[in-house]
Amino acid sequence: MTPEETRDFEAKIRAYVGREVGAPTRGKDDVNPAMIRHWTEVTGDESPVYCDQAFAAKSSKGGIIAPPTMLQIWSMEGYAMCQRPEMDLQRELHKIFDAHGFVGVLGTNTSTDFYRDLRPGDQVTAHTVIDNISERKTTARGVGYFIETVTKFTDQHGADVGRQVFRVLKFMPNAETAEAKASTAGAADKPAPPTRIQAPRGHDNAWWWEAIDQGKLMIQRCKGCGTLRHPPRPMCGDCNSTEWDAIESSLEGEVYSFTELHYPKFPGYPYPLLCAVVQLREGTRLIANLAGCEPEQVFIGMKVRGKVERVDDKTVLPNFYPA
Amino acid sequence: MNKTTRRYGSVAIGEKLPPLRIDITSGLIIGGAIASRDFTPVHHDKAAAQAGGLPDIFMNILTSNGLIGRYVTDWAGPDCTLKRIDVKLGAPNLPGFVMTITAEVNAKDDAAGTVDIAYSGDNNVWGTHMSGIVRVALPKEA
Ligand SMILES: [Zn+2]
Repeated sequence: MTPEETRDFEAKIRAYVGREVGAPTRGKDDVNPAMIRHWTEVTGDESPVYCDQAFAAKSSKGGIIAPPTMLQIWSMEGYAMCQRPEMDLQRELHKIFDAHGFVGVLGTNTSTDFYRDLRPGDQVTAHTVIDNISERKTTARGVGYFIETVTKFTDQHGADVGRQVFRVLKFMPNAETAEAKASTAGAADKPAPPTRIQAPRGHDNAWWWEAIDQGKLMIQRCKGCGTLRHPPRPMCGDCNSTEWDAIESSLEGEVYSFTELHYPKFPGYPYPLLCAVVQLREGTRLIANLAGCEPEQVFIGMKVRGKVERVDDKTVLPNFYPA
Repeated sequence: MNKTTRRYGSVAIGEKLPPLRIDITSGLIIGGAIASRDFTPVHHDKAAAQAGGLPDIFMNILTSNGLIGRYVTDWAGPDCTLKRIDVKLGAPNLPGFVMTITAEVNAKDDAAGTVDIAYSGDNNVWGTHMSGIVRVALPKEA
Protein backbone atom coordinates (compact mmCIF):
# COMPACT_ATOMS: atom_id res chain seq x y z
CA MET A 1 0.00 0.00 0.00
CA THR A 2 1.21 3.50 -0.75
CA PRO A 3 0.95 6.05 2.08
CA GLU A 4 -2.09 7.58 0.33
CA GLU A 5 -3.80 4.19 0.04
CA THR A 6 -3.08 3.50 3.71
CA ARG A 7 -4.55 6.87 4.67
CA ASP A 8 -7.72 6.22 2.64
CA PHE A 9 -8.03 2.73 4.08
CA GLU A 10 -7.59 3.92 7.66
CA ALA A 11 -10.12 6.70 7.14
CA LYS A 12 -12.60 4.11 5.87
CA ILE A 13 -12.15 1.73 8.82
CA ARG A 14 -12.07 4.46 11.46
CA ALA A 15 -15.49 5.63 10.30
CA TYR A 16 -16.86 2.43 11.88
CA VAL A 17 -15.57 3.18 15.38
CA GLY A 18 -18.30 3.99 17.86
CA ARG A 19 -21.11 2.55 15.74
CA GLU A 20 -23.52 -0.20 16.77
CA VAL A 21 -23.07 -3.21 14.49
CA GLY A 22 -26.83 -3.47 14.04
CA ALA A 23 -30.09 -3.35 15.90
CA PRO A 24 -29.92 -4.95 19.35
CA THR A 25 -30.25 -8.73 19.05
CA ARG A 26 -32.95 -10.24 21.21
CA GLY A 27 -32.16 -13.88 21.94
CA LYS A 28 -34.35 -16.33 20.01
CA ASP A 29 -34.72 -18.43 23.14
CA ASP A 30 -35.31 -17.16 26.64
CA VAL A 31 -33.01 -18.63 29.28
CA ASN A 32 -34.22 -22.23 29.61
CA PRO A 33 -33.27 -25.48 31.36
CA ALA A 34 -32.86 -27.50 28.15
CA MET A 35 -30.12 -25.32 26.69
CA ILE A 36 -28.49 -25.14 30.12
CA ARG A 37 -28.40 -28.92 30.29
CA HIS A 38 -27.00 -29.23 26.74
CA TRP A 39 -24.20 -26.83 27.65
CA THR A 40 -23.29 -28.43 30.97
CA GLU A 41 -23.26 -31.89 29.36
CA VAL A 42 -20.51 -30.79 26.98
CA THR A 43 -18.46 -28.73 29.42
CA GLY A 44 -18.73 -31.54 31.98
CA ASP A 45 -20.12 -29.07 34.52
CA GLU A 46 -21.92 -30.98 37.26
CA SER A 47 -22.70 -28.06 39.54
CA PRO A 48 -26.12 -28.80 41.05
CA VAL A 49 -27.28 -25.17 40.80
CA TYR A 50 -27.56 -25.56 37.02
CA CYS A 51 -29.54 -28.78 36.78
CA ASP A 52 -30.72 -30.01 40.17
CA GLN A 53 -33.98 -28.14 40.89
CA ALA A 54 -34.31 -29.42 44.46
CA PHE A 55 -30.72 -28.62 45.40
CA ALA A 56 -30.77 -25.22 43.69
CA ALA A 57 -34.00 -24.19 45.41
CA LYS A 58 -32.41 -24.78 48.84
CA SER A 59 -29.07 -23.19 47.91
CA SER A 60 -28.17 -19.50 48.17
CA LYS A 61 -29.21 -19.21 44.50
CA GLY A 62 -32.84 -19.96 45.40
CA GLY A 63 -33.40 -21.91 42.18
CA ILE A 64 -31.81 -22.99 38.91
CA ILE A 65 -29.41 -20.51 37.32
CA ALA A 66 -27.68 -20.60 33.94
CA PRO A 67 -23.91 -21.01 33.87
CA PRO A 68 -22.58 -17.45 33.52
CA THR A 69 -20.45 -18.62 30.59
CA MET A 70 -23.72 -18.94 28.60
CA LEU A 71 -24.20 -15.14 28.64
CA GLN A 72 -23.38 -14.73 24.95
CA ILE A 73 -25.08 -17.96 23.89
CA TRP A 74 -28.65 -16.69 24.41
CA SER A 75 -28.38 -14.18 21.57
CA MET A 76 -26.32 -16.21 19.08
CA GLU A 77 -27.49 -16.20 15.49
CA GLY A 78 -27.51 -20.00 15.20
CA TYR A 79 -27.59 -22.17 12.10
CA ALA A 80 -27.69 -19.21 9.71
CA MET A 81 -24.00 -18.72 10.57
CA CYS A 82 -23.00 -21.58 8.29
CA GLN A 83 -25.37 -20.68 5.46
CA ARG A 84 -26.06 -17.01 4.96
CA PRO A 85 -24.87 -15.07 8.01
CA GLU A 86 -26.65 -11.76 8.36
CA MET A 87 -24.59 -8.85 7.01
CA ASP A 88 -24.03 -6.54 9.95
CA LEU A 89 -21.64 -3.66 10.32
CA GLN A 90 -18.94 -5.85 11.83
CA ARG A 91 -18.94 -8.21 8.86
CA GLU A 92 -19.01 -5.21 6.52
CA LEU A 93 -15.92 -3.84 8.30
CA HIS A 94 -14.14 -7.19 8.00
CA LYS A 95 -14.89 -7.21 4.25
CA ILE A 96 -13.13 -3.86 3.89
CA PHE A 97 -10.09 -5.34 5.63
CA ASP A 98 -10.29 -8.41 3.37
CA ALA A 99 -10.43 -6.25 0.24
CA HIS A 100 -7.19 -4.56 1.29
CA GLY A 101 -5.31 -7.81 1.88
CA PHE A 102 -5.97 -8.12 5.64
CA VAL A 103 -7.66 -11.48 5.10
CA GLY A 104 -6.45 -13.19 8.29
CA VAL A 105 -8.59 -13.10 11.40
CA LEU A 106 -7.66 -14.28 14.86
CA GLY A 107 -9.55 -13.94 18.14
CA THR A 108 -6.98 -12.75 20.69
CA ASN A 109 -8.85 -11.81 23.89
CA THR A 110 -12.22 -11.91 25.54
CA SER A 111 -13.10 -10.27 28.81
CA THR A 112 -16.54 -10.91 30.21
CA ASP A 113 -18.18 -9.35 33.27
CA PHE A 114 -21.27 -10.94 34.82
CA TYR A 115 -23.54 -8.56 36.73
CA ARG A 116 -26.16 -11.05 37.88
CA ASP A 117 -27.07 -14.72 37.56
CA LEU A 118 -29.52 -15.46 34.76
CA ARG A 119 -32.53 -17.70 35.48
CA PRO A 120 -34.99 -19.60 33.31
CA GLY A 121 -37.42 -17.08 31.84
CA ASP A 122 -34.92 -14.24 31.56
CA GLN A 123 -34.74 -12.64 28.12
CA VAL A 124 -31.31 -11.52 26.97
CA THR A 125 -30.63 -8.84 24.37
CA ALA A 126 -27.17 -8.05 23.00
CA HIS A 127 -26.06 -4.56 21.98
CA THR A 128 -22.72 -4.57 20.16
CA VAL A 129 -20.57 -1.54 19.36
CA ILE A 130 -17.31 -1.36 17.41
CA ASP A 131 -15.43 0.30 20.21
CA ASN A 132 -11.91 0.72 19.04
CA ILE A 133 -9.49 -0.03 16.18
CA SER A 134 -5.79 0.02 17.08
CA GLU A 135 -2.97 1.63 15.20
CA ARG A 136 -1.34 -0.60 12.61
CA LYS A 137 0.70 -3.26 14.42
CA THR A 138 3.37 -5.67 13.33
CA THR A 139 2.66 -9.06 14.88
CA ALA A 140 4.12 -12.54 14.56
CA ARG A 141 1.25 -13.40 12.24
CA GLY A 142 1.67 -10.37 10.01
CA VAL A 143 0.84 -6.68 9.90
CA GLY A 144 -2.67 -5.84 11.05
CA TYR A 145 -5.09 -4.02 13.31
CA PHE A 146 -6.80 -5.06 16.53
CA ILE A 147 -10.55 -4.50 16.41
CA GLU A 148 -12.32 -4.33 19.74
CA THR A 149 -16.07 -4.76 20.03
CA VAL A 150 -18.00 -4.26 23.23
CA THR A 151 -21.28 -6.06 23.78
CA LYS A 152 -23.66 -4.98 26.48
CA PHE A 153 -26.24 -7.58 27.52
CA THR A 154 -29.58 -6.45 28.93
CA ASP A 155 -32.60 -8.27 30.31
CA GLN A 156 -36.38 -7.94 29.83
CA HIS A 157 -36.38 -4.93 32.19
CA GLY A 158 -33.67 -3.14 30.24
CA ALA A 159 -31.18 -3.69 33.08
CA ASP A 160 -27.57 -4.59 32.31
CA VAL A 161 -26.75 -8.23 33.08
CA GLY A 162 -23.25 -8.42 31.63
CA ARG A 163 -20.64 -7.02 29.30
CA GLN A 164 -18.11 -8.58 26.97
CA VAL A 165 -15.06 -7.10 25.27
CA PHE A 166 -13.90 -9.11 22.29
CA ARG A 167 -10.64 -8.38 20.48
CA VAL A 168 -9.68 -9.77 17.10
CA LEU A 169 -6.61 -9.22 14.97
CA LYS A 170 -7.32 -8.61 11.27
CA PHE A 171 -4.01 -9.16 9.56
CA MET A 172 -2.18 -9.55 6.29
CA PRO A 173 -0.64 -13.02 6.62
CA ASN A 174 3.11 -12.74 6.23
CA ALA A 175 4.91 -14.98 3.76
CA GLU A 176 6.07 -17.39 6.45
CA THR A 177 2.58 -17.82 7.84
CA ALA A 178 1.18 -18.35 4.36
CA GLU A 179 3.82 -20.98 3.66
CA ALA A 180 3.14 -22.78 6.94
CA LYS A 181 -0.55 -22.73 6.09
CA ALA A 182 0.05 -24.28 2.69
CA SER A 183 2.21 -27.04 4.14
CA THR A 184 -0.07 -27.90 7.06
CA ALA A 185 -3.26 -27.72 5.01
CA GLY A 186 -1.89 -29.96 2.30
CA ALA A 187 0.06 -32.40 4.40
CA ALA A 188 -0.86 -34.80 7.14
CA ASP A 189 -4.09 -34.66 9.12
CA LYS A 190 -2.24 -34.40 12.42
CA PRO A 191 0.50 -31.89 13.09
CA ALA A 192 3.97 -33.38 13.55
CA PRO A 193 4.91 -33.97 17.18
CA PRO A 194 6.60 -30.84 18.51
CA THR A 195 10.33 -30.83 19.09
CA ARG A 196 12.57 -28.68 21.25
CA ILE A 197 13.96 -25.41 19.99
CA GLN A 198 17.18 -26.17 18.13
CA ALA A 199 20.43 -24.86 19.57
CA PRO A 200 22.20 -22.61 17.04
CA ARG A 201 25.49 -24.11 15.84
CA GLY A 202 28.14 -21.58 14.98
CA HIS A 203 31.83 -21.45 14.15
CA ASP A 204 32.90 -21.74 17.81
CA ASN A 205 30.45 -24.30 19.18
CA ALA A 206 29.35 -26.60 16.33
CA TRP A 207 32.09 -29.12 17.21
CA TRP A 208 30.66 -29.43 20.73
CA TRP A 209 27.15 -30.22 19.47
CA GLU A 210 28.55 -32.65 16.89
CA ALA A 211 30.25 -34.54 19.75
CA ILE A 212 26.94 -34.55 21.65
CA ASP A 213 25.31 -36.08 18.56
CA GLN A 214 27.94 -38.85 18.89
CA GLY A 215 27.00 -39.36 22.56
CA LYS A 216 30.00 -37.52 24.04
CA LEU A 217 30.03 -34.54 26.39
CA MET A 218 33.26 -32.66 25.66
CA ILE A 219 35.08 -29.99 27.65
CA GLN A 220 37.35 -27.56 25.86
CA ARG A 221 40.95 -27.41 27.11
CA CYS A 222 43.54 -24.70 26.55
CA LYS A 223 46.69 -25.98 24.89
CA GLY A 224 48.70 -23.14 26.38
CA CYS A 225 47.96 -23.62 30.10
CA GLY A 226 45.64 -26.64 30.31
CA THR A 227 42.66 -24.72 31.76
CA LEU A 228 39.28 -26.29 31.02
CA ARG A 229 36.44 -24.07 29.83
CA HIS A 230 32.75 -24.23 28.99
CA PRO A 231 30.74 -23.06 27.07
CA PRO A 232 33.06 -23.29 24.05
CA ARG A 233 34.80 -20.10 22.99
CA PRO A 234 37.82 -19.22 20.87
CA MET A 235 40.27 -17.86 23.46
CA CYS A 236 41.51 -18.93 26.90
CA GLY A 237 40.51 -16.46 29.59
CA ASP A 238 43.65 -17.22 31.61
CA CYS A 239 46.49 -17.07 29.07
CA ASN A 240 44.78 -15.71 25.92
CA SER A 241 45.87 -18.69 23.87
CA THR A 242 43.61 -19.57 20.94
CA GLU A 243 45.06 -23.08 20.71
CA TRP A 244 42.82 -25.72 22.20
CA ASP A 245 41.75 -29.34 22.26
CA ALA A 246 39.08 -31.11 24.32
CA ILE A 247 38.61 -33.93 26.81
CA GLU A 248 35.59 -36.15 27.26
CA SER A 249 33.66 -35.59 30.51
CA SER A 250 33.07 -38.39 33.00
CA LEU A 251 29.46 -37.07 33.24
CA GLU A 252 29.76 -37.14 37.02
CA GLY A 253 28.89 -34.06 38.98
CA GLU A 254 26.60 -32.32 41.40
CA VAL A 255 23.85 -29.71 41.34
CA TYR A 256 25.40 -26.28 41.74
CA SER A 257 22.07 -24.47 41.34
CA PHE A 258 18.69 -25.23 39.80
CA THR A 259 15.31 -23.83 38.88
CA GLU A 260 11.95 -25.09 37.65
CA LEU A 261 10.43 -23.50 34.55
CA HIS A 262 6.67 -23.04 34.89
CA TYR A 263 5.53 -20.40 32.47
CA PRO A 264 5.08 -20.06 29.60
CA LYS A 265 4.99 -23.75 28.76
CA PHE A 266 6.61 -24.61 25.44
CA PRO A 267 5.43 -27.53 23.37
CA GLY A 268 8.06 -30.21 22.95
CA TYR A 269 9.45 -29.92 26.49
CA PRO A 270 8.66 -32.30 29.35
CA TYR A 271 7.05 -30.85 32.48
CA PRO A 272 7.89 -30.43 35.28
CA LEU A 273 10.94 -28.89 33.57
CA LEU A 274 14.00 -28.72 35.80
CA CYS A 275 17.08 -26.80 34.68
CA ALA A 276 20.29 -27.05 36.66
CA VAL A 277 23.77 -25.67 36.64
CA VAL A 278 25.78 -28.86 37.02
CA GLN A 279 29.26 -28.73 38.51
CA LEU A 280 31.17 -31.46 36.70
CA ARG A 281 33.88 -33.48 38.42
CA GLU A 282 36.35 -32.02 35.93
CA GLY A 283 35.66 -28.55 37.35
CA THR A 284 33.60 -26.81 34.66
CA ARG A 285 29.88 -26.16 34.90
CA LEU A 286 27.14 -26.58 32.34
CA ILE A 287 23.42 -25.95 32.14
CA ALA A 288 21.32 -29.05 31.54
CA ASN A 289 17.97 -30.57 32.39
CA LEU A 290 17.51 -32.78 35.42
CA ALA A 291 15.55 -35.94 34.71
CA GLY A 292 14.31 -38.93 36.68
CA CYS A 293 13.37 -36.96 39.78
CA GLU A 294 10.61 -34.73 41.12
CA PRO A 295 11.24 -31.01 41.74
CA GLU A 296 10.90 -31.40 45.50
CA GLN A 297 13.65 -34.07 45.55
CA VAL A 298 16.31 -31.79 44.11
CA PHE A 299 18.78 -29.97 46.33
CA ILE A 300 22.00 -28.04 45.88
CA GLY A 301 24.90 -30.44 46.18
CA MET A 302 22.86 -33.43 44.95
CA LYS A 303 25.11 -35.95 43.19
CA VAL A 304 24.11 -36.46 39.59
CA ARG A 305 25.21 -38.55 36.62
CA GLY A 306 24.75 -37.46 33.03
CA LYS A 307 23.53 -39.42 30.09
CA VAL A 308 23.78 -38.12 26.55
CA GLU A 309 20.51 -39.17 25.00
CA ARG A 310 18.06 -38.48 22.20
CA VAL A 311 15.16 -36.39 23.56
CA ASP A 312 13.17 -35.99 20.32
CA ASP A 313 13.42 -36.42 16.54
CA LYS A 314 15.86 -33.53 16.20
CA THR A 315 17.78 -33.25 19.44
CA VAL A 316 20.39 -35.14 21.45
CA LEU A 317 21.22 -33.64 24.85
CA PRO A 318 23.02 -34.45 28.09
CA ASN A 319 20.39 -35.05 30.80
CA PHE A 320 21.42 -35.47 34.42
CA TYR A 321 19.88 -38.06 36.76
CA PRO A 322 20.22 -38.53 40.52
CA ALA A 323 23.43 -40.57 40.97
CA MET B 1 -19.46 -33.53 42.22
CA ASN B 2 -18.53 -30.71 44.56
CA LYS B 3 -21.50 -29.60 46.68
CA THR B 4 -19.46 -27.70 49.24
CA THR B 5 -18.66 -24.05 48.68
CA ARG B 6 -15.31 -22.55 49.59
CA ARG B 7 -15.51 -19.71 52.15
CA TYR B 8 -13.72 -16.48 51.40
CA GLY B 9 -11.77 -16.63 54.64
CA SER B 10 -10.44 -20.14 53.98
CA VAL B 11 -8.75 -19.18 50.72
CA ALA B 12 -5.14 -18.03 50.77
CA ILE B 13 -3.20 -16.26 48.04
CA GLY B 14 -0.90 -18.81 46.46
CA GLU B 15 -3.34 -21.70 46.93
CA LYS B 16 -3.13 -23.98 43.92
CA LEU B 17 -6.24 -25.44 42.31
CA PRO B 18 -6.12 -29.13 41.37
CA PRO B 19 -5.06 -29.52 37.70
CA LEU B 20 -7.68 -30.71 35.20
CA ARG B 21 -6.82 -32.77 32.14
CA ILE B 22 -9.23 -32.56 29.24
CA ASP B 23 -9.03 -34.76 26.16
CA ILE B 24 -9.81 -32.59 23.16
CA THR B 25 -11.92 -34.65 20.75
CA SER B 26 -13.95 -33.82 17.65
CA GLY B 27 -16.99 -34.57 19.82
CA LEU B 28 -16.02 -31.98 22.42
CA ILE B 29 -15.23 -29.34 19.79
CA ILE B 30 -18.39 -29.87 17.73
CA GLY B 31 -20.58 -30.51 20.77
CA GLY B 32 -19.32 -27.30 22.40
CA ALA B 33 -19.82 -25.28 19.21
CA ILE B 34 -23.39 -26.49 18.71
CA ALA B 35 -24.38 -26.24 22.39
CA SER B 36 -23.16 -22.63 22.25
CA ARG B 37 -25.11 -22.12 18.98
CA ASP B 38 -21.87 -21.26 17.21
CA PHE B 39 -22.26 -22.68 13.72
CA THR B 40 -19.13 -21.03 12.30
CA PRO B 41 -17.89 -23.69 9.83
CA VAL B 42 -14.30 -23.89 11.19
CA HIS B 43 -15.66 -25.47 14.38
CA HIS B 44 -17.45 -28.38 12.68
CA ASP B 45 -16.22 -28.62 9.08
CA LYS B 46 -12.67 -29.89 8.62
CA ALA B 47 -12.44 -28.65 5.01
CA ALA B 48 -13.36 -25.13 6.16
CA ALA B 49 -10.73 -25.29 8.92
CA GLN B 50 -8.10 -26.45 6.41
CA ALA B 51 -9.01 -23.64 4.03
CA GLY B 52 -8.15 -21.34 6.94
CA GLY B 53 -4.73 -22.94 7.32
CA LEU B 54 -5.25 -25.34 10.22
CA PRO B 55 -5.04 -29.12 9.91
CA ASP B 56 -8.41 -29.80 11.56
CA ILE B 57 -11.44 -28.20 13.23
CA PHE B 58 -10.65 -26.24 16.38
CA MET B 59 -12.37 -25.33 19.64
CA ASN B 60 -14.52 -22.16 19.66
CA ILE B 61 -13.92 -19.43 22.21
CA LEU B 62 -17.25 -20.02 23.99
CA THR B 63 -16.23 -23.60 24.79
CA SER B 64 -12.86 -22.44 26.13
CA ASN B 65 -14.75 -19.94 28.32
CA GLY B 66 -17.17 -22.68 29.39
CA LEU B 67 -14.37 -25.03 30.38
CA ILE B 68 -12.47 -22.44 32.42
CA GLY B 69 -15.72 -21.34 34.09
CA ARG B 70 -16.48 -24.93 35.01
CA TYR B 71 -12.94 -25.49 36.26
CA VAL B 72 -13.15 -22.59 38.71
CA THR B 73 -16.71 -23.27 39.90
CA ASP B 74 -15.83 -26.97 40.39
CA TRP B 75 -13.26 -25.77 42.89
CA ALA B 76 -15.29 -22.92 44.41
CA GLY B 77 -18.57 -24.80 44.82
CA PRO B 78 -22.25 -24.15 44.00
CA ASP B 79 -22.78 -20.98 46.08
CA CYS B 80 -19.96 -19.07 44.38
CA THR B 81 -20.70 -16.39 41.81
CA LEU B 82 -18.56 -15.86 38.72
CA LYS B 83 -17.86 -12.16 38.26
CA ARG B 84 -15.39 -12.02 35.42
CA ILE B 85 -13.54 -14.24 32.98
CA ASP B 86 -10.57 -12.85 31.10
CA VAL B 87 -9.15 -15.02 28.35
CA LYS B 88 -5.99 -14.39 26.39
CA LEU B 89 -6.11 -16.80 23.49
CA GLY B 90 -3.04 -18.66 22.31
CA ALA B 91 -2.63 -21.83 20.28
CA PRO B 92 -5.81 -23.53 19.02
CA ASN B 93 -7.17 -26.75 20.56
CA LEU B 94 -7.45 -29.49 17.93
CA PRO B 95 -8.78 -33.06 18.10
CA GLY B 96 -6.25 -35.42 19.62
CA PHE B 97 -4.68 -32.80 21.85
CA VAL B 98 -4.81 -32.94 25.64
CA MET B 99 -5.30 -29.68 27.51
CA THR B 100 -4.26 -29.38 31.14
CA ILE B 101 -5.60 -26.48 33.16
CA THR B 102 -3.61 -25.30 36.18
CA ALA B 103 -4.29 -22.28 38.35
CA GLU B 104 -3.63 -20.51 41.60
CA VAL B 105 -5.22 -17.81 43.71
CA ASN B 106 -3.33 -14.61 43.00
CA ALA B 107 -5.41 -11.86 44.62
CA LYS B 108 -8.20 -11.29 47.14
CA ASP B 109 -10.52 -8.30 47.60
CA ASP B 110 -11.80 -8.24 51.18
CA ALA B 111 -14.40 -5.55 50.53
CA ALA B 112 -15.93 -7.32 47.54
CA GLY B 113 -15.38 -10.85 48.85
CA THR B 114 -13.84 -11.88 45.54
CA VAL B 115 -10.77 -13.91 44.74
CA ASP B 116 -8.81 -13.82 41.49
CA ILE B 117 -7.65 -17.09 40.02
CA ALA B 118 -4.76 -16.91 37.56
CA TYR B 119 -5.00 -19.87 35.21
CA SER B 120 -3.33 -21.38 32.20
CA GLY B 121 -4.75 -24.03 29.86
CA ASP B 122 -1.89 -25.68 28.02
CA ASN B 123 -2.22 -28.24 25.28
CA ASN B 124 0.41 -30.89 24.84
CA VAL B 125 1.12 -30.11 21.19
CA TRP B 126 1.16 -26.38 20.61
CA GLY B 127 1.45 -25.02 24.15
CA THR B 128 -0.69 -22.44 25.90
CA HIS B 129 -4.24 -22.39 24.55
CA MET B 130 -5.56 -19.81 26.98
CA SER B 131 -4.50 -17.92 30.05
CA GLY B 132 -5.87 -15.15 32.19
CA ILE B 133 -7.82 -14.39 35.32
CA VAL B 134 -11.17 -15.58 36.63
CA ARG B 135 -12.78 -13.49 39.38
CA VAL B 136 -15.20 -15.31 41.65
CA ALA B 137 -17.17 -14.15 44.68
CA LEU B 138 -17.24 -16.50 47.67
CA PRO B 139 -19.57 -16.41 50.67
CA LYS B 140 -17.89 -15.01 53.77
CA GLU B 141 -19.72 -17.03 56.41
CA ALA B 142 -20.49 -20.72 56.61
ZN1 LIG C 1 45.21 -20.99 28.67
